[in-house]
Amino acid sequence: MSFEPKNTAVKWVEDRLPIMGMLHHALYEYPTPKNLSYWWTFGSLAGVVLVIQIVTGIVLAMHYTPHVDMAFNSVEHIMRDVNYGWLMRYMHANGASMFFIVVYLHMFRGLYYGSYKAPRELLWWLGLVIFLLMMATAFMGYVLPWGQMSFWGATVITNLFSAIPVVGESIVSWLWGGFSVDNPTLNRFFSLHYLLPFVIVGVVILHIWALHTNGSNNPTGIEIKDGQDSIPFHPYYTVKDLFGLAIFLIFFSAFLFYAPNYMGHPDNYIPADPLVTPVHIVPEWYFLPFYAILRAVPDKLGGVLLMFGAIAVLFALPWLDKSRVRSARFRPIYKQVFWVFVLVCVALTYMGAQSADGNMVEFRGMVPVEINGVVQMKDGVVLMEEGITFALSNVLVSQLLTAYYFLHLLVLLPMIGLFERPRPLPASIAEDVLAKSPAKEEASNA
Amino acid sequence: MLKLMTSIGIAALISLTAVTGARAAGEAIELKSVSWQHGGLFGTYDRAAAQRGLQVYREVCAGCHGLGLVAFRTLSDLGFSEEEIKALAAESDYEDGPDGEGEMFERPGKPFDVFPSPFPNANAAKASNGGAYPVDLSLITKARANGDNYLYSLLTGYTDPPADFELAEGSNYNAYFPGHQIAMPSPLSEDAVEYADGTPATVDQMAKDVTVFLAWTAEPKMEERKSMGLKVIIFLLILAGLFYAVKRKVWSDLH
Repeated sequence: MSFEPKNTAVKWVEDRLPIMGMLHHALYEYPTPKNLSYWWTFGSLAGVVLVIQIVTGIVLAMHYTPHVDMAFNSVEHIMRDVNYGWLMRYMHANGASMFFIVVYLHMFRGLYYGSYKAPRELLWWLGLVIFLLMMATAFMGYVLPWGQMSFWGATVITNLFSAIPVVGESIVSWLWGGFSVDNPTLNRFFSLHYLLPFVIVGVVILHIWALHTNGSNNPTGIEIKDGQDSIPFHPYYTVKDLFGLAIFLIFFSAFLFYAPNYMGHPDNYIPADPLVTPVHIVPEWYFLPFYAILRAVPDKLGGVLLMFGAIAVLFALPWLDKSRVRSARFRPIYKQVFWVFVLVCVALTYMGAQSADGNMVEFRGMVPVEINGVVQMKDGVVLMEEGITFALSNVLVSQLLTAYYFLHLLVLLPMIGLFERPRPLPASIAEDVLAKSPAKEEASNA
Repeated sequence: MLKLMTSIGIAALISLTAVTGARAAGEAIELKSVSWQHGGLFGTYDRAAAQRGLQVYREVCAGCHGLGLVAFRTLSDLGFSEEEIKALAAESDYEDGPDGEGEMFERPGKPFDVFPSPFPNANAAKASNGGAYPVDLSLITKARANGDNYLYSLLTGYTDPPADFELAEGSNYNAYFPGHQIAMPSPLSEDAVEYADGTPATVDQMAKDVTVFLAWTAEPKMEERKSMGLKVIIFLLILAGLFYAVKRKVWSDLH
């Protein structure tokens, strides 16, 4: 079913630039496993959100002023005076959160079904590069409204680089373009915030190219063997993705129209003030797990290294996972451990939002009175007062969770791969689909 | 191994629940909760309350607090007529210019002007308020967590301090302000304003009214947003239904 243009104009173009043939190949000839569940929708959703972000972002840039004295008010000008400006800004701000929700689900799907394993290591790597670029873009975008959280978030995060020995301080001044977060910082962040999404588009093209080289993984984790196993992408997955998109847009709209500031921080409606530090400086929710890891380590450089290490280790995943079976469906132990890992990531997100010096759990009772570490006695009896008998500090909880994060990736994953006995794999995707009743298939998709 | 993993998972779940429980019982101040007409999925601003709230703002708050993001023309959203808006704006003079001779001049305010600032700059504002800066109120309900209830609680939260509470010089005790010491003295007192519509001007009534007004200044497009949201979501529900039907049809030849 190769592409043969009938229209002479199309043929003229096609002989010089076979772009129609390429699209035709991607849609009609590209074989897609017939058993992809709705978990496979998040890739195309991420693409749609990227486009939404770029389009709304370009419109916002037409009305925004990247200057410390005007940035905050120009955002309010967008909210109040620009036609549908409020819609553009709320779409863009909530769109960033949606992008991370979709991408996190996309990544966890990859983890569950072993999508990163050979021959898809580069596909996984390119995805991680997109993830890193997204984080840089989102961070710089959050600085642009020049509210209190913008300013102090930028100060805290850029200061992390000062932990680098010898050159740290110079790097921080270089990033700031001065000796504090100020107008030059805002200007370059705006410039880079506009640039990076287009770099993301470039890497997305490579990501899709790598995807189309070996094809999609699927819930069984076994490769396509013959035509029985696959269907053309169009119309089967275009329509399935469109349904997924409509459901996603309902979710997006619920936040956009009814809780547009739910995922933001109230302090960012206060104009940036370098002389007033907010009580709690918290990053956007999608950075919280990494923020929790950063704060779990008492040493600044150690914290920074561990935080970046949390992402760096994901690059090694294809080699850390020793199991020859991809899908967790056939891996009884990994399947359980996977959900523990998900839970730990959620808990890290929660911990990232808690104050660094508080206690998670406190039990109160009578404790000995101590002054300078010396227990106070009176008439041979220890003096008692009411106090905390046992406390689980936020830092300790974060440390335990961080330890488990790395334990999972560096120890459990390789060990389980070696010792686990996987369940027998189906002979082919088609056999697996036939073995399940259509009703059951629908249920597992949900 | 499997059992171990499951028990770790369960333990993690339990600790997470315990954690949230412990947090919820934390020491955060619980705010008074008002059922605002502008809350909820279909809520709209109470026009009468917002108009009274504007009066409270102008007669009580405006002495110290600016509203620098709000233009007079936008008051038409609250039901003010063009004439009323022109008259309101013209009550203050604005510096404009330079004119043809290069001179700055004073002119009466126009609907496109924003509410006048009570102080020429932040330092002047601090100097007249014992070092505390009276914040601009344009965004106040969005700049505080649970802003509407916070503002209402704060305005009605001036009480005598507990016996063991040491109040710093020049501070006032407020049950809802973080740290309980606020530089602003209780701004509202019974009958501080006289409402044109005859509503009794109790502290509670004025606090509610000015909160509604300031909720509107913070989020003037809320009604447009909610009504568009309803249409968009209904459209998307139908679209999702259609896509689902098409998906079933397209996929039916496979099963």
